[in-house]
Amino acid sequence: MSKLLELDQVTKTFQIGGLLDRATLQAVKGVSFDIDDAKAEIFTIVGESGSGKTTIAKMILGNEVPTTGTIRFEGRDVTTVRKRRDRLDFMKRVQPIFQNPFEAFNPLTPIDLFLFTTAKQFCGAKTRAEQESQADKALQHVGLSLAEIKGRYSHELSGGQLQRIAVARALIPEPKLIVADEPVSMVDASLRMSIVNLFQHLRDDLGVSIIYITHDLATAYYISDRVIIMHRGDVVEAGNAQEVLDNPKHEYSTALKNAVLPPDPERASAALRHRRAERQAERA
Amino acid sequence: MLTTAEAEQRTGTVLEVKNLKAYYQMNYFGVQREVRAVDDITLSIKRNEVYGIAGESSSGKSSLIKTIAGAINPPLRVVDGSVKFDFDGNFVDVYGEPGSMNSARWRHLSYIMQGSMNVLNPVRRVKRSFEDFAFEHMGLSKAEFWPRVRQHLEKLGLNPNVLEAYPHQLSGGMRQRLTIALATVCEPEFIIADEPTTALDVLVQQDVLGLIKDVQERMGSSIIFVTHDMTVHAAIADRIGIVYAGRLVEEGPSIDIFRRPQHPYTAHLISSLPRLGDPKRRQALAGKPPNLADPPPACRFHPRCPLAIDKCKTDNPPLVARETGRVACWRAGEVEVS
Repeated sequence: MSKLLELDQVTKTFQIGGLLDRATLQAVKGVSFDIDDAKAEIFTIVGESGSGKTTIAKMILGNEVPTTGTIRFEGRDVTTVRKRRDRLDFMKRVQPIFQNPFEAFNPLTPIDLFLFTTAKQFCGAKTRAEQESQADKALQHVGLSLAEIKGRYSHELSGGQLQRIAVARALIPEPKLIVADEPVSMVDASLRMSIVNLFQHLRDDLGVSIIYITHDLATAYYISDRVIIMHRGDVVEAGNAQEVLDNPKHEYSTALKNAVLPPDPERASAALRHRRAERQAERA
Repeated sequence: MLTTAEAEQRTGTVLEVKNLKAYYQMNYFGVQREVRAVDDITLSIKRNEVYGIAGESSSGKSSLIKTIAGAINPPLRVVDGSVKFDFDGNFVDVYGEPGSMNSARWRHLSYIMQGSMNVLNPVRRVKRSFEDFAFEHMGLSKAEFWPRVRQHLEKLGLNPNVLEAYPHQLSGGMRQRLTIALATVCEPEFIIADEPTTALDVLVQQDVLGLIKDVQERMGSSIIFVTHDMTVHAAIADRIGIVYAGRLVEEGPSIDIFRRPQHPYTAHLISSLPRLGDPKRRQALAGKPPNLADPPPACRFHPRCPLAIDKCKTDNPPLVARETGRVACWRAGEVEVS
């Protein structure tokens, strides 16, 4: 069975500091996983800030080179994708979605222009009419239409809408894989579900695999097929999302799970009291 | 610092907001524009109470707390209404005489802000930020001031040595804890917290919430806690007010808001929360938050409301008292939470 994406013992080391106080930081330590070609899935990477999850995303997108280990996309090592033609071909198959939709779009450029440029770059849509039809098709998938956003700027749209437009933009080249780095953490809680449900639609109806990077266990549980939990560059737990999150084995995953506040005042305030008591005991 | 018994004795109302209206009024090239960010809000907050304000971005919740704190600048102007504080017998009418807030700021009323990097001066040591913010309001000499600050940090479980650090040397969670320490060093009676945990990881978020609760219980202060994250409200708020498009649509004790929401918008906020251990599909609300420069007529929620009837399009529902709280909806109580 062929693999869409394979990570094999990937490590990334950063050099930090200047000439005199040089130190190395291991951001990612020997991470391996793969995503199957035949069946689309939502693969979630969970971890706190500094756990190396964004570094993995950058390496998959080819923006960082792994220090050791290999990343293969459809059998090809992504670090060998260097020529412009190859690079475009690769970008057509793998698309990113970023954390903050307000920063992802230039505020001085009308939002539809990003969609048109993507259509031109990756799909060879030369005329404006072709670009518009492709942009509109992608926007339909995310529950918007070109008429709604034509000529609008990013400040005129809500965070949830912008993030859906970012997803639509990523869909234009009809990718096989979308790498979404914390796509909901800057979006209002009430609009989060619209993005998360959208990912399910992409997986089920369009057959796009998604690498979903987050620190929010509740949405991870809700949409993921498989999950890995990262802590300081190591994968501490991996497996079927619901099994792992129902019965976490590792100490760190248990701590993460307990930190999720339940949406009920009684249980949530009890959880908070418990945590405060623990902290106080630690201090004493 | 108060003893626990003294803190518990603090009851009664500390803040009264009456019919507050604050609009952004702009006049560009002869065209008048008015954005009604705070539209006729009435609420009161008791001593020793954590009051949560929930709402989407651009619902006017930040404008509301800025108006309450008296920290507004044109084009935002207070059109009508009053904000009155009662700090243990010190009455302050924020929009009464000009300058009446100056003596109360930081001493009685303080503010925990969202971006800790915007609070702590990035090019000076943390202790300089403490000096800039708090020294003037404490009425102490330098020799008394620093031991007080160190003692305060120790009580919050922070190492006083962080005072010597620069903000960029500290983690996001540590910086946020320092802004909380900074806001509470004068032991104010009233604290306004604007999304203090939004950008933080789950583990750090819980510690920061715990710290806020510790401080609040020890000093018996009242807190207005603003966030769009309902699970945070569940953990910390005693009462919750739901703001939609500049108006208060529902208010009540948090247990009732979560278990028996009356307003369809509140019910949606609660039922759209994903729960660990429950993979049931949850729907997002259709439509988008209204543009406050051109809000829908009558009930502002009606274009997105699953229960809307013709009356909702023509008459604005008043905020009326129910058994435990208040709600503004013609079909209050008819909604079901899944």
